[in-house]
Amino acid sequence: MSGHRAISTSAMLRPSTAQKAGRVALILLALLLLSGFLVLPVIAVFTQALSQGWKMYRDSIHQEDVLSALRLTGLVACIAVPLNMAFGIAASWAITRFEFLGKSLLITLIDIPLAVSPVVAGLMYVEVFGLHGWLGPWLSEHNLHVIFAVPGIVLATVFVTFPFVARELIPFMQAQGSDEEVAAVVLGANGWSVFWRITLPNIKWALLYGTILAASRSIGEFGAVSVVSGHIRGQTTTLPLEVEMLYNEYNFTAAFAAASLLTLAAIVTLILKKLIEMTSGVHRHMDEKEVES
Amino acid sequence: MPTKKANKSWSLVTRSSPLPGFRLSIGFTMTYLAVIVLIPLAAIIQHGARLGFGAFLHTVTAPRVLASYRVTLGCAAVAALLSALFGMLLAWVLARYSFPGKRIVDAIVDLPFALPTAVAGISLTALYAENGWIGRFLEPHGIHVAFTPIGIVMAMSFVGFPFVVRSVQPVLEDLDPAMEEAAASLGANVWQRFLRVIVPVAFPALLTGTALAFARAAGEYGSVIFIAGNMPMKTEITALLIVTKLEEYDYSGAAAIAGAMLALSFTIMLAVNLLHWWVQRREGKRV
Repeated sequence: MSGHRAISTSAMLRPSTAQKAGRVALILLALLLLSGFLVLPVIAVFTQALSQGWKMYRDSIHQEDVLSALRLTGLVACIAVPLNMAFGIAASWAITRFEFLGKSLLITLIDIPLAVSPVVAGLMYVEVFGLHGWLGPWLSEHNLHVIFAVPGIVLATVFVTFPFVARELIPFMQAQGSDEEVAAVVLGANGWSVFWRITLPNIKWALLYGTILAASRSIGEFGAVSVVSGHIRGQTTTLPLEVEMLYNEYNFTAAFAAASLLTLAAIVTLILKKLIEMTSGVHRHMDEKEVES
Repeated sequence: MPTKKANKSWSLVTRSSPLPGFRLSIGFTMTYLAVIVLIPLAAIIQHGARLGFGAFLHTVTAPRVLASYRVTLGCAAVAALLSALFGMLLAWVLARYSFPGKRIVDAIVDLPFALPTAVAGISLTALYAENGWIGRFLEPHGIHVAFTPIGIVMAMSFVGFPFVVRSVQPVLEDLDPAMEEAAASLGANVWQRFLRVIVPVAFPALLTGTALAFARAAGEYGSVIFIAGNMPMKTEITALLIVTKLEEYDYSGAAAIAGAMLALSFTIMLAVNLLHWWVQRREGKRV
């Protein structure tokens, strides 16, 4: 049959009616699962928060404890995120611009916080700074408080957000290469002006992307912070911990009202991420295929 | 002033670079890594080691602890499997089909990464409780989700499945349509093309994503404790047991169990790295 030969291969891939139906069914199934599994919990947060009306919602949020938890969450993020930005830039500069022994080991070590349970992460700092920890006796002699105080919360938050900026920057800078920077140095630019004028403008979107991920996680971290916080209301309670405390007191409306603020932050995070992906072409790299190891 | 010479004098450097800043960046990186990650990690391991092998073993194999492993690992395994199925479906739909609102769907997939675990925990509990939106339809059929292992699985799947989507999706997007066309021109039908062409290529990524989902599920705390009910021997996860030990001022017990959890985390990490290495080698051979 000579007519058969005329059919191009792309025509063979052209879906039949049954395949089209299958396609639509798969899309619908995915959407159904996604809405039941992801969207419904978000709607539930707002419904529960508003179940006693707007006034109750506003009053719940304007509680002094909730406001101070909000302030602490903001403070912790403002310390932890810039630290990890600095680390991310330094680590990716060293890893993508130089060849040295133990590089692939270093890349693996950076990922450790992603593998460790948040509770274990919190416990690690108790083992160093707690009363029975390595530095505990010395700290209490000098009347310094890390565990059950704000520094411990900052440390735990730094730990859980540790790899986010570095993991965005390393594949990105690897792909970009160092030609422009080398050219600038050869032409006589010094290190810092290369960094400010060439590197930083080139990596700004990837840096922002990683920063948003780190900020989002530091606002929402629960397990690690819970271990080192001591749950002192108004002093060492971050917003996620306040949600837990209100919930355990059966104050469900207030718990969901506080949770709705965190949910809004999460939604803003998702929107910002998508906007950066769309405008800059920066994508999340779950695997470091691009990283030479 | 950092110069070329400065880089060469650093004995670790295996190939010199004209760029400055190696000492500064590697120095800061290593110091920060040591202070934030390595030293605290050493502290917990040293505490575990200080107990002695006998005491350590006695603590990590106590009946209540063993029961918590069964709950944690069992639920994490089921959750990883569900994540693999659901994640593969979503990755497929996102990589292969275009439909209205696809970008929104793609953004929503990351919701479990962005939503604080405590919020996910209380929200899922509200949904699956006896009088919840979903729970009220399940209760008459005798399906209890909240405060049972099923609830734990739901919470763990929630936090785990984006790992599968984000691992598999790029691989499916990169897959050359010519391969499928070639298979089609040789007479392969849809199922054969899926099983013989797509699955082999996507399998390592699926395995990686599933392993990451399992690791996350096994270590998860915030989203699980609200829905679990936390009954010792029945619905108590290992992470919660560590917190309980701490609240009882049993620091050694907490450190020992944490040591066991760390061993699991590092095993998974090693497995994922070996998988990467294997895939890279295989791809290297093919090219």
